Amino acid sequence: MRIRAQVAMVMNLDKCIGCHTCSVTCKQTWTNREGTEYVWFNNVETKPGIGYPKHYEDQERWKGGWKLDGKGRLVLRSGGRLSRLGKIFANPDLPTIDDYYEPATFDKDILVSAPGGLTDTPVKKPWSKLTGEPMSIEWGANWEDSLGGDTMDQDPNLRGLADKVKFEFEKTFMFHLPRICEHCLNPACVSACPSGAMYKREEDGIVLVDQDRCRGWRMCVSACPYKKVYVNHATGKAEKCTFCFPRIEAGQPTICSETCVGRLRYLGILWYDEDAVLAAATVPEEELLDAQRGVFLDPFDPAVQQAARDAGHPEEWIEAAMASPVWKLISEYRIALPLHPEYRTLPMVWYVPPLSPVLDAAGAAGRDDTDADDIFHTIEDLRIPVEYLASLFTAGDTAVAGGVLMKLAAMRAYMRARTLDGTVANELLDGIGMTAGQVEAMYRLLAIAKYDERYVIPAAHAKTAAALEDLGGCSLDGEGGPGMGGGPVPVILSTRRP
Amino acid sequence: MTVSLDPGTGPLLGARRFLTRETIGDHGRTLHQVDGNEWDSFYRDRWRYDKVVRSTHGVNCTGSCSWNVFVKDGLITWEHQATDYPTTGPDAPDYEPRGCPRGASFSWYEYSPSRVRHPYLRGVLAEMFREARQRLGDPVAAWAEIVETPLKAMAYKGQRGRGGFVRASWDEAIELMAAAHVYTVKTFGPDRVVGFSPIPAMSMASFAAGTRYHALLGGTLLSFYDWYADLPIASPQIWGDQTDVPEAGDWWNATYLMMWGSNIPVTRTPDAHFLAEARYKGTKVVAVSPDYADNVKFADDWLAPHPGTDGALAMAMGHVVLTEFFRDRQVDYFTDYARSFTDLPFLVTIVDGKADRFLTAADLGHTEGEHKTVLVDANTGELVVPNGSLGFRYAEPGRWNLDLGDVVPSLGLVSDDVAEVELARFDVGDTEGGSTIRRGVPVRRVGDHLVTTVFDLVMAQYGVRRGDLPGSWPTGYDDAESPNTPAWQEKITGVPARLAIKIGREFARNAERSRGRSMIVLGAGANQWFHSDMTYRAFISLVTLTGCQGVNGGGWAHYVGQEKARPVTGQQHMSFAFDWQRPMRHQASTPFWYLHTDQWRYERVPADELASPLGTGRFAGMAFADTVAAAQRMGWSPGHPFFNRNPLDLADQAAAAGETVQDYILKNLENGTLGTVAEDPDDPANFPRCLTLWRANLLGSSGKGNEYFMRHLLGVSSLETATECDPENRPRDVTWRDEAPVGKLDLLTAIDFRMTNTGLHADVVLPAATWYEKHDISTTDMHPFVHAFSPAVEPPADAHTDYDTFLALADKVSELAVTHLGVRTDVLAAPLQHDTPDELAMPSGRVRDWKFGECSPQPGKTMPKLIEIERDYTLIGKKMRTVGPLMEKLGTTTKAITVDVKPEVDYLKHQNGVIDGRPSLATADRMCEAILSFSGTTNGRVAHAGFQELEKRTGQRFTDLIEGHENDRVTYSETQEAPQPVFTSPEWSGSEKGGRRYSPFTINVERLKPWHTITGRQHFFVEHDWVAELGEQLPAFRPPLNMARHFGKPGDAVDGGVTVRFLTPHAKWSIHSMYHDNELMLALSRGGPVIWMSVQDAAKIGVRDNEWIEAHNRNGLVVARAVVSHRMPEGTVFQYHSPERTVNVPKAEKSKRRGGYHNSMTRLLVKPTHLAGGHAQLTYAFNYYGPIGSQRDEITVIRRRTQEVEY
Repeated sequence: MRIRAQVAMVMNLDKCIGCHTCSVTCKQTWTNREGTEYVWFNNVETKPGIGYPKHYEDQERWKGGWKLDGKGRLVLRSGGRLSRLGKIFANPDLPTIDDYYEPATFDKDILVSAPGGLTDTPVKKPWSKLTGEPMSIEWGANWEDSLGGDTMDQDPNLRGLADKVKFEFEKTFMFHLPRICEHCLNPACVSACPSGAMYKREEDGIVLVDQDRCRGWRMCVSACPYKKVYVNHATGKAEKCTFCFPRIEAGQPTICSETCVGRLRYLGILWYDEDAVLAAATVPEEELLDAQRGVFLDPFDPAVQQAARDAGHPEEWIEAAMASPVWKLISEYRIALPLHPEYRTLPMVWYVPPLSPVLDAAGAAGRDDTDADDIFHTIEDLRIPVEYLASLFTAGDTAVAGGVLMKLAAMRAYMRARTLDGTVANELLDGIGMTAGQVEAMYRLLAIAKYDERYVIPAAHAKTAAALEDLGGCSLDGEGGPGMGGGPVPVILSTRRP
Repeated sequence: MTVSLDPGTGPLLGARRFLTRETIGDHGRTLHQVDGNEWDSFYRDRWRYDKVVRSTHGVNCTGSCSWNVFVKDGLITWEHQATDYPTTGPDAPDYEPRGCPRGASFSWYEYSPSRVRHPYLRGVLAEMFREARQRLGDPVAAWAEIVETPLKAMAYKGQRGRGGFVRASWDEAIELMAAAHVYTVKTFGPDRVVGFSPIPAMSMASFAAGTRYHALLGGTLLSFYDWYADLPIASPQIWGDQTDVPEAGDWWNATYLMMWGSNIPVTRTPDAHFLAEARYKGTKVVAVSPDYADNVKFADDWLAPHPGTDGALAMAMGHVVLTEFFRDRQVDYFTDYARSFTDLPFLVTIVDGKADRFLTAADLGHTEGEHKTVLVDANTGELVVPNGSLGFRYAEPGRWNLDLGDVVPSLGLVSDDVAEVELARFDVGDTEGGSTIRRGVPVRRVGDHLVTTVFDLVMAQYGVRRGDLPGSWPTGYDDAESPNTPAWQEKITGVPARLAIKIGREFARNAERSRGRSMIVLGAGANQWFHSDMTYRAFISLVTLTGCQGVNGGGWAHYVGQEKARPVTGQQHMSFAFDWQRPMRHQASTPFWYLHTDQWRYERVPADELASPLGTGRFAGMAFADTVAAAQRMGWSPGHPFFNRNPLDLADQAAAAGETVQDYILKNLENGTLGTVAEDPDDPANFPRCLTLWRANLLGSSGKGNEYFMRHLLGVSSLETATECDPENRPRDVTWRDEAPVGKLDLLTAIDFRMTNTGLHADVVLPAATWYEKHDISTTDMHPFVHAFSPAVEPPADAHTDYDTFLALADKVSELAVTHLGVRTDVLAAPLQHDTPDELAMPSGRVRDWKFGECSPQPGKTMPKLIEIERDYTLIGKKMRTVGPLMEKLGTTTKAITVDVKPEVDYLKHQNGVIDGRPSLATADRMCEAILSFSGTTNGRVAHAGFQELEKRTGQRFTDLIEGHENDRVTYSETQEAPQPVFTSPEWSGSEKGGRRYSPFTINVERLKPWHTITGRQHFFVEHDWVAELGEQLPAFRPPLNMARHFGKPGDAVDGGVTVRFLTPHAKWSIHSMYHDNELMLALSRGGPVIWMSVQDAAKIGVRDNEWIEAHNRNGLVVARAVVSHRMPEGTVFQYHSPERTVNVPKAEKSKRRGGYHNSMTRLLVKPTHLAGGHAQLTYAFNYYGPIGSQRDEITVIRRRTQEVEY
């Protein structure tokens, strides 16, 4: 066993309101500059839909992620080393700007500078931010928002669901899917980089692009099945979500998390066994989810704690791992699922699938409406086909996806009895294999979700990194190293009054 | 370090052989590395900043979120939400982190090309003014010459909106404005100087700056809440309260929550999490929305009524509730609630088979009993005049309460006598007035009067038959012909009857089990219709019948323009300069603009069209303009400007005639030598002359009937298809002038930090400080905290805060006044005022019009009060800067509670410093301090004193609600530090004691404090002759106006178009017009104006997603892209609210004119019941009552246009 720590995230899609505040605060802080106009480290998609960039989930087209070869070995879908070296100057699997979108800007000061005597009011018309030419806006960073347009039926997750999903008014369903870099345990981008510029941070697993080493080969862009590595067209180098490492190092949540108005993001530490990663990424598709969960180590297990200590992790991290909401949601309550585990990258941003329990506008047919106390629909009535969620989160396993929805539904019914009558409806828990205590704790984490419970990030990051340093020389010696003023100096730490 | 060179799985990493700080994982897949080199300094540097300043976003958003603004190298870089709100307690979600994508993108404006950094003048005007100013040496004379020379006036007015701005110095721009104002005050009257700025709560000092200026000048201040159609007229009708709603955190306490026309994730973004989270607690959520809006995904059930038919669905649910929880089975909780807190047990007279008015103690022979209502004691069968009605409020201290003693009000009469009454229905009939239906009620005779109870009338109105009462009753839920049944609503709404029954039943059953924790969250989708008051009464009936109102987690939750300035007393007294003079000229905007933009000239619907057959024909021959004129002259609704003469001259003329001002005015009104503005709005003497907009975008956002504004107010002709009304539809009393005036306005000033459509049309544009560049305070309905704006940077270039701008203007006016104005006496015609004894002016709401000899004109009784105010125009600048002496002399009065605030004046002398011995208001932060000091919510002493006063009035206990905080206050600097919780105060109706979530009317329910209505209870029955005329005494469904019938189907004239309902819901990528031009929001949306339409409607006109289309009707034209979506219902399109016409708006295909925005398609209509006043809860207050500027009943034709566009 080789124990490592990962800073991981869970997003509860059932709470996502699709507001995009995360996207805006992220962009304002990190990518509102030349070269990254089209780049959204964090974006939010409407599902069903083809997303950003277009069709990114279609790996037959983009060849992202890993697959098993004929011998059952794990290989990059984009090909082996030799084949990829051969494509290094002409990568055929690279999205073009049209697959993202052509960013527009608008006339600058025409509204105040327009000369007199116009026949009409002046207006700001669109210009391309890339070419400086007049443009007609035909696609955007969020074109399908709230099911606008006619592309959602091309969503690859809908394959085989033609009889279940109808794009008709009364059968409408949708949910929002916020996405950042997955900071995978088995990152295809890192593996694909010819320059060794991409790496996974020793201390917390954050995947980064070393800007000094990046040579702009763009193999990472192709290899990432989530298309979360971007090319800065001004520098020619790859850039991606950094998990806000300067903030994480100070014990602060990522910007997308802290500014999440839906309060649906959770941050915490996971222990995992680096030695188990490869095997977990190599199991047959139907075993992937369990195998991925199996890589995580129980933070309450004294042996794991001792291993962590032995590996140089401070007590603070051991405690944080026990308080980790991410561990609870993934491994204890088992309601968080990875996005497309079949990509075999072992993503580290997991999702609680949306319950979105609404029925069609005509109501579920054939139900008994006379009992005014029996008010919730069963999950069989739900309008998001569970096959669709399974395609996103369980490599097609509907039993697992349905099981998560059952837990959420049972929690609601259980809590309704608690809230209205103070009664404990244990019979509701039988089907989901949870105790009353677990359900109530899960309810508190999902519903009350206090700041300190959503984000459990140990500080003293630099100390950790130093302790983990087992190679020659101390990284902290360098000027600008994390312990030497290289970290942020927050002017105010967010303090919350009781 | 393990490096595998396996060619299959160890791809390119294998090349990395010279590693010192890297770990290549198994099979070379992964590279682990400890940061050490310098590459990441870029990201670290980017994250660095110099300081963080707390501020927020003001005016147009009601979220009132606290933000941290980051500053680096003197520049604002970005903003993130603050997370330090006081906690809601251990078992509830907290308020952090309030915000939304729009707020998060605000800093883009700071350095954007949209920013206005310098004063701009319309070039033609600047040239003329400079020349005349130079030649004549006096700015006022220069202004006079320009506006009095028709060719010159035409020359600059005609250039509005057509480019040609020139830069001016700050001093020059202020001087031009001041000259125009002084000229107008002198020549036409101060009330012809008009100001407009909405929603003080979200930047109170900035609001106060301009309103105080207008108050001291004698100017007219326009309302916003009614104008925006955000005001739920049903609230004053039912509760005698403008609006009071739960904070968002109280959704958490609901166990059944319906979202009705409220798209919470989009329009209440910072609060939406409470909704999502309450579901986990077991709260059932229902969405009622015509489209699959963003909120629908949170709902357990989705009901999709056809737009505008919500009232029918709510009436049917009410039918179910009354049937199953009042008739078939009685629920003690509901019955007790109805007896104690509603007008249901009160007696109403029946005259000629129609409900008439409340029986009063006067009918029983009591003296001074006209405002005391009567019920029957179920124990004794005797008539009782219980405490709490209006008659006790001002007259008998200690009896204005809801304490019933031993009386058990009879809910419904127990009587063998029955009578049929005629009840209104509006779903059938030849006119908007609909038809009637006859149903029996039990009756009793009291003296000469035949009476029944409100409850009996309500049962009849909803069609719930008891026993064998005579009349036309439904045969059951499945009777689709009889009004208000579930099957009947299905025909109208399209919602299956089964669902209406199920949800209505569940809602009530949940309320029964939870004792009132069923809630309806209401939004603009349900509210902004012409008959929204009737729709809302159907909603509110549901929550009052089920005992949810005044209960945490229950009741109505109306979130449309959350206007709550929690420190309301200080805010109002300071804003309206009540420290120097009382009152000021508050004007209802809708009738104002209806008249002054001449929309009345295009009216094709006569007022009588709306009248029910139950009415007496009192509107026969009248136009809506006539109803406006009548309501103003009878003192119900304000009319500013009022007289067709300069009110400053009236006092002089009275003195010259040797008469009192009052006698002089009454004599001249009666002999016709003096008239009112409303009766001749097109007389040049009556035009509004100067309009100043700050914190507002009238012409890019709220101006319903935009093209009428363009033509008649501004003089920029753009109406192409509208036709004036036929001679037979012209007003009866309002003068018709054959030539419609154009360009009434002499000076339009826009004060803003960005160039809006208003700015484009203004004569003067003044650069304002942004929300990150000034001091101010913010509050909202949505949370119980007060927090600050603080300047992160100084305003750039010539930009000034609103506060400093109006100080500069006031100084300049004072300077020019030395020569031009001096000291004058102004005469205000002030309407009868709510929460004052004026409410007693018109017993039973009986209407008498002095103009037609039905009574004599008696100021304060049958006509407006006439109030003289001496104005020393040379002192306006000084008065702006200090707290005036009326604070010590008169104290403060809010909702009839008067508090002596001498200690606060004294405190402010020390805290703010003094100028000429008075507390200083020289800066915005001092203004904030004054507002906080004078208000009970932020000053425990004031709250305590107010509660003491309330205890005297009611004989009930209240002071314990502020116990422990009597000596606490919230200071401005504390609000800068972190959001501060407010105190429980008599200014509002809910209690926050002990960290409790705010819910309205909990004080009324728990402390037996009456509502401010005629009965003192919550009303089902509304009495007033004008209300009766429209058949609206009781809740009923009124459908959307039949625009096709009144104005013709717009599609008839257009080839290849589809006619659809045109709705303007609130947008995801903007807050009203703001952020539509923000590049972040443009990038996340479609980058310009769009209209959402259904797949079916798109197919009819051959339009694909993102193709250009044109929408037009008689009012105007819109060019936009189509967003085609299956989430839209067929027959309805959306143009989300306020896209303006400044970004990516091409010219129309045929006319070659610039495409308009959503209000290019709308035109005002005035509902006469919203003008009704003079009686009890219908008496006027600013933003409390008045016709709403609705915009949802409109239809349009949409067609595909050529895809080549020109800008």
